Amino acid sequence: MFEILRKSLTIGIVTTDYPPTAGELASYARGRPEIDFKNWTDARPAVAACPTGALSFADEGYTRTATLDLGKCTFCGLCAESDPAISMTPQCELAARHPEELRTTVCYRVKEDGSHEGLLKAATGAATAASNREAIGQQLKAQIDRIFGRSLHIRQVDAGSCNGCEVEIQGLNSPVYDVERFGLHFVASPRHADLLLVTGPVTRNMELALRKTYAATPTPRLVVAVGACGCSGGVFGVNYASLGGVDRIIPVDVYIPGCPPNPYALLHGIFMAINRS
Amino acid sequence: MNQSHVSNDLRPVVDEVTRRFKGRIDFWYAPRLNEIYFQGRMDLVAGFCAHLYRNWKARLVTVFADDARVGDGMFHLYYILALDAAHGFLILRVPVSPEAPEFTSLTNAIPAVNWQEREIQDLFGLKLIGHPNPRRCALHDDWPEVYPLRKDFDLRTVLPPFSGERHKFRKVEGEGVFQVPVGPVHAGIIEPGHFLFSVAGEPVLYLQLRLFYTHKGTEKLFENLPVTHGVSLAESVSGDSSFAHATAFCHAVERVAQVEAPPRARFLRSVCLELERIYNHIADIGAIATDVGFMVASAHATRLKERVLRLNEYLTGNRLLRGMACLGGVRWDWNSAQVTALARFLNELEPGFNALTELIRDSASTLDRLEKTGILTPKTARDLGVVGVAGRASGIDRDTRRDFPHAAYGQVQFTVPVFTVGDVQHRLLVREAEVIQSFAILRQLVQSLPGGSVRVVVGKLPENETALGYVEGWRGEIFHWIRTRPGNRLARCKIKDPSLQNWPAIVEAMSGNIIPDFPVINKSFNLSYSGTDR
Repeated sequence: MFEILRKSLTIGIVTTDYPPTAGELASYARGRPEIDFKNWTDARPAVAACPTGALSFADEGYTRTATLDLGKCTFCGLCAESDPAISMTPQCELAARHPEELRTTVCYRVKEDGSHEGLLKAATGAATAASNREAIGQQLKAQIDRIFGRSLHIRQVDAGSCNGCEVEIQGLNSPVYDVERFGLHFVASPRHADLLLVTGPVTRNMELALRKTYAATPTPRLVVAVGACGCSGGVFGVNYASLGGVDRIIPVDVYIPGCPPNPYALLHGIFMAINRS
Repeated sequence: MNQSHVSNDLRPVVDEVTRRFKGRIDFWYAPRLNEIYFQGRMDLVAGFCAHLYRNWKARLVTVFADDARVGDGMFHLYYILALDAAHGFLILRVPVSPEAPEFTSLTNAIPAVNWQEREIQDLFGLKLIGHPNPRRCALHDDWPEVYPLRKDFDLRTVLPPFSGERHKFRKVEGEGVFQVPVGPVHAGIIEPGHFLFSVAGEPVLYLQLRLFYTHKGTEKLFENLPVTHGVSLAESVSGDSSFAHATAFCHAVERVAQVEAPPRARFLRSVCLELERIYNHIADIGAIATDVGFMVASAHATRLKERVLRLNEYLTGNRLLRGMACLGGVRWDWNSAQVTALARFLNELEPGFNALTELIRDSASTLDRLEKTGILTPKTARDLGVVGVAGRASGIDRDTRRDFPHAAYGQVQFTVPVFTVGDVQHRLLVREAEVIQSFAILRQLVQSLPGGSVRVVVGKLPENETALGYVEGWRGEIFHWIRTRPGNRLARCKIKDPSLQNWPAIVEAMSGNIIPDFPVINKSFNLSYSGTDR
C-alpha cells in the first residue's frame, strides 16, 4: 500500500492542462492538410493520391470544382507528397456541427492540358452551415446546454470501426486526459447516457444495434460521430456491407474528423456538442 | 517445372511430397524460395495435409477461396501450410468446378479451420461437405443469398436492410440452466460482438460467440482499389495493428514485384512493429488490471501507453503509426534527433514499465484473480491452432519474427517467451516478457541502424501472380495473400488476422469459469473484432 502511494507521489501529476492550454503535439504530427489555392495548378495528382476521396474534383465545361472534405480525410499526407501546393498542418481540433463545415470548395478554369488556373472562388461550407443551424432552434439548444452543462454521461458505440478510434477514446480515461475532471463519464448502458459517441462506418450488421441503442438513450440526447469513418464512411465508404457515416442512420450533432482523432480532438468535439469550450 | 528455386530447408520436404503424391498432387511453381505452390484434387487434400502434419510438423495456417472463373474457369481453394522448422510455406491450390460448387471439410481432423471453411461457404457460395457445424458464420442469418467475394457480385450492391431473421443458438438445457446474452453493444469502450453464456449457478457451461458484426467488405474493397491505396486500407483492417497489417500487405506486394525494401527501411519497420507491440501490450496489462479492479496499475499503464503513442507521433506523424508504411519501404526517414529521442525514450520507459509489473506482482489480491483463471491447455491450443501471445502462454513455441524472419528480425537477437500454464496470468507474463524483449530488440536496432534510402520504387506489378506477405503483429502472425490482375490492381487479397484463429479458444478457456471473470479472460486474449470480421 505504501509502495503504491510512494510510486504515485514520485510520478506526480501527469494530467494535461488542455483546455485552456493548447494540446501538446509532436513537431511532426499530421492534422488538416492545407492547400495553397492561389498556387495550386493541378488537382489531378493529389486527387489520384488520396485513398479516401477526401480530395476530389469535377469538371463542368471549363470550370473545375475541387473539394476538400475533412470528414473523409485521414491526414495520411499522400496529397502533400504528390503536390507542392499542399502541406500538412498539425491542426487536429476540427470538429464541426454540420458536415458542410468540413468541406472547402474551390473553382478554377480548366486548361487544355487538364491542369487548372485562375482561382474563381473559394468557400468553406461553414457559412452555409451556419444558416442551416438557425433552423434547429436555438431554444432547444440552450435547454440542452443547461441540462448537460455540468455533467455528461457518455456511451461509446462501435458501429463497425477498425478499433483505432477505440484506442484513442480509451485514452480519454487515462490520467493524462482524465475526462472525469470535466464531469464527463463513460457509462455502460445507453439508458444512463446523455451522449452517444459513435465510431463507424456503420456496418449492415450493426445498423439495428445502433438504432436500438439510440432509441434506448433518453432525450435530450446528443450524438457525436467519431473519425473519418464515423463522419463519412472513411476509407470504407459505402459498400454491400458498410452503410457509411453515422448520420445515414441516426441524427448527428457533432462530427469529429481524424483517423483516428487524437484525444484533444475528441475532447474538442465533445465540448462542442455541449457548448463548452 | 523448375524446382531449383526452393530454399535448402524446404527442399527435402518438397522432394518427398512430390515423390509421394506424384501424379495426384503436383509441384506447380516456386515464385519465391520459401513459398512453394502445389496443385491437386479435392479428394487428396485431407491426405496431403495429414501427411505434412504427421511427417513434417506442418500446420494449416489458413484456407481460403479465390474466384478465378474468368480466366481459369474455376474457383480455387488455397491451403497454406506453414513449416516453421523449415522456415517456409507450402501452398496447395485445388480447383473447384463452378458446375459442382462444393468442397470437403477438414474441420473434423483440423478444428483450426472451422470458421475459415464456413467463411468460404458464406462468401463464395461453395457448399461445405462433412462440416460438423456448417451454419452461417461470416454473413449473418438475415443476409440474402449473396456471395460477396464472387467476381460477379458488385462491391456497391445495395442489400435490403435487416429482415428480422435471427441466429438460432444451440440449446443448453437442464435444471437451473439459464442464458445470459451480452452484446453486440458492450459495456466498455470496445468493439461489437455477441456472447451467449449458458450458466448453471455461477460457472459457465457453454459460451457461444456471434461475431462478424463489423464486417465491412474489406477484402472485396481491396479488389476495387489501386494497389497503392491498399496500404491505407490495410491500416484499417485492425486499428491497433495498423502498422503490422500495412506492412504485411506491403510485404506481399513487394514479393510479387520481386523487390525488397532497403536495409534501413527494414530496420525502421521493425522499430515500428516493436513500438506497436509495446503500446498494445502495456495497454493490455493495464486493461487486465482494470478488469480485476486494480485501478492504480491501470492508471500507470495508460500513462505509459500515452508516452509510447506520443513517441509514435514524433517518429511517424501519427499516434497509431498510420501513414508510415508504404510499398517498397517506409514513407519517412528519421533524422538523428528522432533516433536519439527513441534511444532516450527506451531508457526512460523501461524503469516505468518495470515498476508497473512489480506493482502487479506485489498485489496478492490481483494475482489471486489471475492465477488459474481462464486456462487454455496446450492440447486445446494445439488443436485449435492458437497463435501469438495466447499460443505462447499455452506452450505453442511460435513466432514469425524468429521462424520466418522479416523486416530486420534476422539481424537482432531475442528470445521467445513460452509458458505452458495457459491461464490469464501467463498471458500477462508473456506480454511482460515480450515487452522486455522488445526493449532489447529496439536497442539493437537503434545501435546498428544502417544508412541509405528508406524506399525503393515498386514498379508495375506482374499480372496474375500470387504472393504471401507475413508479419508478426503484437497479437500474433498476420498474413496477406494477394493475386494481381492487370492495371496494377489486385484480383484477390486474403487477410488472416490472428484473432480469427484465436476466438474459438476463448470458448474453451471460458468453460467452467464464472461470468464475472469473463472480462479479464477476454482481455487476456484481447482479440480484434475488426480483424476477424473484416
